[in-house]
Amino acid sequence: MKWTDVATQLFGNGHEIRADGEFLSGSATFDGQAIAVVGSTNHAPIGYALALRQAKVVLETIDLHPGRAIFLLIDTQGQQLRRHDELLGINRAMAHLGCCIDLARRRGHRVIGLVYDQALSGGFITSGLIADACDALPEAEIRVMRIPAMARVTKLSEDVLTALSASNPVFAPGVQNYLRMGGVRALWQADLKAGLRDALTHAATDDRRAIDGRERGGRLLAAAVVEQVLAA
Amino acid sequence: MSSTLPDRVSYAECSARERIARLFDAGSFREWLPPAMRVMSPHLAQLGVPAAFDDGVAIGEARLAERRVFVGAQEGEFMGGGVGEVHGAKLVGLFKRALRDRPDAVLLLAESGGVRLHEANAGLIAVSEVMRALLDTRAAGIPVIVLIGGANGCFGGMGIVARCADHLVISDIGRLAMSGPEVIEASHGVEEFDSRDRALVWRTTGGKHRFLVGDCDQLVEDDVQVFRAAAVRALDALRPLTLQSLQDEHAVLTQRLHAGEGAEDAVDLWQSLGIAHAGAVPDMNAEQVRTLRQESLA
Repeated sequence: MKWTDVATQLFGNGHEIRADGEFLSGSATFDGQAIAVVGSTNHAPIGYALALRQAKVVLETIDLHPGRAIFLLIDTQGQQLRRHDELLGINRAMAHLGCCIDLARRRGHRVIGLVYDQALSGGFITSGLIADACDALPEAEIRVMRIPAMARVTKLSEDVLTALSASNPVFAPGVQNYLRMGGVRALWQADLKAGLRDALTHAATDDRRAIDGRERGGRLLAAAVVEQVLAA
Repeated sequence: MSSTLPDRVSYAECSARERIARLFDAGSFREWLPPAMRVMSPHLAQLGVPAAFDDGVAIGEARLAERRVFVGAQEGEFMGGGVGEVHGAKLVGLFKRALRDRPDAVLLLAESGGVRLHEANAGLIAVSEVMRALLDTRAAGIPVIVLIGGANGCFGGMGIVARCADHLVISDIGRLAMSGPEVIEASHGVEEFDSRDRALVWRTTGGKHRFLVGDCDQLVEDDVQVFRAAAVRALDALRPLTLQSLQDEHAVLTQRLHAGEGAEDAVDLWQSLGIAHAGAVPDMNAEQVRTLRQESLA
């Protein structure tokens, strides 16, 4: 789905979310409350500069609008794969974005991420994956890498990986697999407003993903291992 | 252990457990979920890939200069230190336990290529869980210190995790970055990043660069005892995350973005940032590079 359609369905035509290239930012009103919006579009690669632009919105929201909810619109092909970004320290810029979102949560801002098109690994590990909730549209795509590339790296055939991915959500792309593993909290069905309302109301402020993964049968060991460490 | 240790032991050449044994007070390490418990990856066998009895990471508590610390050490020899479901959960457990038991610090001996692709989805979620657990620990006032000096460097999601810590120590042969040079070359060609040009790789991702621009707090030689001394110095290195500190960080990173405009190479960036003798840095040793650091960048 296009971000403009998501925005219109959620906020009507009165929202003030604007695209500047691949960067999205602005504000809107939802259920009578102001909400800050930040994100990306056109499968943006998240580089050093784009991570900083997103962080700036989060910092300004904390500074100027204490407690205002923050909504992350996620569409990314992953981190920018350029030497210049590595030279500048893209990992530090990503960490900075993650620390800003983390601070917002600690200061009482609800932070909700929505994968509305596609999300890959480094592109959302310090945005949606560090929010109170990372939700997704059912038709969105979430993955670390495609099966052909995974086959090259792991030296396993695509047939083997495709077969395994049917029985084990660890291997294959897909929002359903992320849902089963707890990485995605919930999928928003036709009524997007109901999805956002549910996220703002019910998303936990602590990290429940390992527990969700166990309860949903997609990631059975993570929570158990944490418990074992605490008991050791 | 024998008392006839050689004068200098390379940190890079040590295994994760050798690093623990030599870095912390002698005999003080008590491991949780040790190899004998065989808490292993449930996914690798399906792929016909050998598993490790510790899933490539050792965690536990130890003493450092008689202070009580928690430790996590990644084993680069096992799948490049890649983070899978169990490996990541052990690190999450380490930080959650720190939150409960309040040691003087948590030390992460990081060596990792990031997410273990054989467990791609679970690894990605696990790395983000490590970040949140680490930041919970910091928010409770317990410093998190990261040491980087393994042959596999600290890349991908672990490169981000490292930058979420209070204090970073790196050796001149250590590397800290996001995407590896091979990945960038595969994506955008050898003209973008020649992964076989070792000098270029180290200028772009290596310890001297990361120290000079302020991404790491201490630059050390590749010597376990030097790492130990650096870790002891870092024990009280609290760097609270506040709105002010993140605004300051934002200003530093914004300044760097502008300083880097037009910079083709690390040397250009160093010059632009006002670092003296930038052209000579690649030939300097760690001690010489330490004198160049502009404290204002840290």
